[in-house]
Amino acid sequence: MMSILWPLITIALALGIMLTSASALVWLERRMLALWQDRYGPNRVGPFGLLQVIADTLKMFFKEDWIPPFADKTVFFIAPMVIMTTALLSVAVVPFAPGFSVVDLNIGLLFFLAMSSMGVYSVALAGWASNNKYSLLGGLRASAQMISYEVFMGLSLMGVVMLAGSFNLRDIVEAQEHLWFCVPQFIGLVIFCIAGLAETHRIPFDLPEAESELVAGFHSEYSGMKFGMFFVGEYLGITLISAMIVTLFFGGWYGPILPPIIWFFLKVFVFQCGFILLRATLPRLRYDQLMSFGWKYMLPLSLINILITGAIILAKR
Amino acid sequence: MQIIENIYSILRSIGLVFMHAFHKRETVQYPDEKPYLAPRWRGRIVLTRDPDGAERCVGCYLCAVACPVGCIALQTTEDETGRRYPEFFRINFSRCIFCGYCEEACPTYAIQLTPDFEMCEYKRQNLVYEKEDLLISGPGKYPDYNFYRVAGLAIGGKGKGEAENESAPVDPRGLLL
Repeated sequence: MMSILWPLITIALALGIMLTSASALVWLERRMLALWQDRYGPNRVGPFGLLQVIADTLKMFFKEDWIPPFADKTVFFIAPMVIMTTALLSVAVVPFAPGFSVVDLNIGLLFFLAMSSMGVYSVALAGWASNNKYSLLGGLRASAQMISYEVFMGLSLMGVVMLAGSFNLRDIVEAQEHLWFCVPQFIGLVIFCIAGLAETHRIPFDLPEAESELVAGFHSEYSGMKFGMFFVGEYLGITLISAMIVTLFFGGWYGPILPPIIWFFLKVFVFQCGFILLRATLPRLRYDQLMSFGWKYMLPLSLINILITGAIILAKR
Repeated sequence: MQIIENIYSILRSIGLVFMHAFHKRETVQYPDEKPYLAPRWRGRIVLTRDPDGAERCVGCYLCAVACPVGCIALQTTEDETGRRYPEFFRINFSRCIFCGYCEEACPTYAIQLTPDFEMCEYKRQNLVYEKEDLLISGPGKYPDYNFYRVAGLAIGGKGKGEAENESAPVDPRGLLL
């Protein structure tokens, strides 16, 4: 009985934690942006404006869920589900604490990369199905951006895999007991952060939804809870990328005194704030800059990183 | 070397934005925290009284003429002693742009703008203020000024030549003789 119940509880807990943190992130982002721009942000609804999340969700539920008559209805309906599903599926492999993860896949890292690549379908399909110029442009940009940034996102992690000798995220965390990989794999960390920003299409790389150019890009035509799913999907993506940065480069649950799970979420919180700080600071890149930055700098850099890491590992042997 | 400069510039701006976390917030949380209003703030318009408690307005219509949006309406009348006052005085605050020209035009300091802007109403009609809504009990910004006490006009209780700094009327015929 327990053997069935325990995985179910873990799944429920993981889902609960991720969805709560994604919705709390909406509030956190607004408050932090406000803090860095010398304003207050939402501070009226409930203590510190925390109930703003509930107010927004309620509002979203009661909005008209409109499908434009010119849209491809089936695809239009499926697209927002894909982004949430892929994001939530990747949560399965995140090791929150020793003995607390949904599955202990021995190819956990590859599964995460695969799921984050699947996310591009959502954006591309949404842009296509909306049958709208701006949406299509957003979808086009998104697919080009995500495909090119995914290449060195995977490559930047190979250094970590080489050092840990495993694709299993649990093993990777355990390999960092004495030295976090952010030290030997600093270049990998920087590349992964940049690629992660691009994968979640966050602000310096938010070309797919560039408000000032494309209305809202791929989700221009979406309303109500379908838009809500894109929204939650984006914040889930941020949480996920932060969780992966922590797992792969900052020793996952390791840390003194406090229990492992607390350490994990503390570190994730710091990186979420980092994402928000980048949003508060950086302007959007131009599209050609984005592409040339990816292919001309990041890809060679990640290859060099692999080369050097491999050489050092070989030399040490 | 351009690239190193650029990276430094990006990191520096991230740092600068982060340091804003320790700055004072600019927001004034309005209903809880009232902003400071200057004494000459041009807000709700009032009709003041002279130090004796009588209406200052003499119904000269200069405010109504000066008003660029034409939101002031009044009708003058006279009491039995010859003192002029407005029979009705109406300001439509849904039109008023608070430019203060009425105050500048007023020869008797009767109409004045006050540092108060909280005059929202649910019905537009409620923004039309009548004389009893506009009149206040005090003299406003010029506490000692009384038009009829300095003007040469004879009204009830004050004859010719009895105003401040005014000499008694001279009989021109007497001068000729």
